Amino acid sequence: MINLNLKKTLGSAGGKMDLDLQLIVEKGQFVTLFGESGAGKTSTLRMLSGLLKPDSGTIEVGGTTWFDSCKNIDLKPQQRKVGYVFQDYALFPNMNVRQNLEYALRKGQDKTIIGELLQFAELGPLEQRKPETLSGGQKQRVALARALVQRPEILILDEPLSALDLKMRIKLQEYLLQVHKKFKLTTILVSHDIGEIVKLSDKVFELQNGRVIKKGAAADFFGLNKTSAKFRFSGEILKIHREDVLYVISVLIGNDIIKVVADRTEADEFKIGDQVLVASKAFNPIIQKI
Amino acid sequence: MDWQPLMLTFKLAVVTTVILFVISIPIASWLSSTKSKIRPVLETLVSMPLVLPPTVLGFYMLLAFSPENAFGSWLDEWLGIRLIFSFGGLVVASVIYSLPFMVQPIQAGLSSLPSTLKEASFTMGKSYTTTLLKILLPNIKPSLLTGIVLSFAHTVGEFGVVLMIGGNMPGKTKVASIAIYDEVEALNYAAANSYSLILFSVTFIILLLVYLTNGGFFKRYGQ
Repeated sequence: MINLNLKKTLGSAGGKMDLDLQLIVEKGQFVTLFGESGAGKTSTLRMLSGLLKPDSGTIEVGGTTWFDSCKNIDLKPQQRKVGYVFQDYALFPNMNVRQNLEYALRKGQDKTIIGELLQFAELGPLEQRKPETLSGGQKQRVALARALVQRPEILILDEPLSALDLKMRIKLQEYLLQVHKKFKLTTILVSHDIGEIVKLSDKVFELQNGRVIKKGAAADFFGLNKTSAKFRFSGEILKIHREDVLYVISVLIGNDIIKVVADRTEADEFKIGDQVLVASKAFNPIIQKI
Repeated sequence: MDWQPLMLTFKLAVVTTVILFVISIPIASWLSSTKSKIRPVLETLVSMPLVLPPTVLGFYMLLAFSPENAFGSWLDEWLGIRLIFSFGGLVVASVIYSLPFMVQPIQAGLSSLPSTLKEASFTMGKSYTTTLLKILLPNIKPSLLTGIVLSFAHTVGEFGVVLMIGGNMPGKTKVASIAIYDEVEALNYAAANSYSLILFSVTFIILLLVYLTNGGFFKRYGQ
């Protein structure tokens, strides 16, 4: 179990912000931190991993204290057993894929895990390549494999898929789930993508201005359980357009833009940029090969 | 022509560059990562030789190292080192004089690396020294090369500091730049010209090699 109790004054873009949050993550859970940029999500991950020092508070992981400002305990990042996947992947440019993984080995650790991870991440054919020659999805897989070399109990993923295209993202989401189960990890993810969050996580914490403003199981969190829809997608409103008495709302779902008809009261509720759920229950959708 | 001043110049430049390389890496890595309040002060001190007339630097070193004064006599009595009018003194003076030429490129190189490289290495349990040697330095090779070459070339071109602290002792402190001045004073233009031409060509070739290497010329056309 991870028990975080953190206080920190952060200098954000809009001036100073006081981060003050309590989070409890059960062992083996897949948890997502959700919220606007600048809400303190990445800072929370950095404090958990020891890269940023809280002003005060405690961090306990599985009964061990990693940080306690009252008792003057502050484990170095080197001593915390955390696998961290950075948003920019942070692959070492001077090393090839295999060397990147090997660098992560602990002193005296058995090397066989490197081969296993390379195979599991389907990186075998790429092992001699330098990071600069890899695609975004490949880099992502290397970063993830490298974070797993030391067999951490906690995996931290800071917007790991945000730079990838939709197809790659969906593939890697599956892969993240597999990794989470296979290595029996407690995973903490930062993500903005509602579809991704619902698909991956057990629990969601929403952060705003350094505080947890809402938490819950992923499906309940976004109100998905309220509608018993036959099919449903989440997306973002791109355009609200009036046509005679009706409004046409264009929603971006994945790579596709779909148009939904709404009446005036409905249209007033929405604004461009809103995250929405598009669902249908009265009619069966038509399915067709393309 | 007497080759001794040239040999002495290159010996001085090699020794200085090696010492500078070793001491500049910790200084530069500290400067690039610290948030300490004394950082601007240290940065200023490191950069001073860029703007200060070499004679000023040489003058104070001459005073400091002189056996007549406290520091110089301490060095003389306890360590048996006399830094004025000796090769050792030239090395110390050159190290101080060329410090910014080594520290600044390395510091700039380290600062340009994304901080996540360092952090990723820390989360893998690696110490700062391991991270520096295996990750940071190998990724700033062009900056290291620039630092080495600039310090070398700058030491070759030294005149004021060397003259102040080393004097003009053949075989001991008479480096090429001083020999040129000497020959011109003696109206021996031919000898001055040979020294000058050699210094000119050597520095030209060294700098050209750096720009070709850092510009990727050898990678593109070398194979």
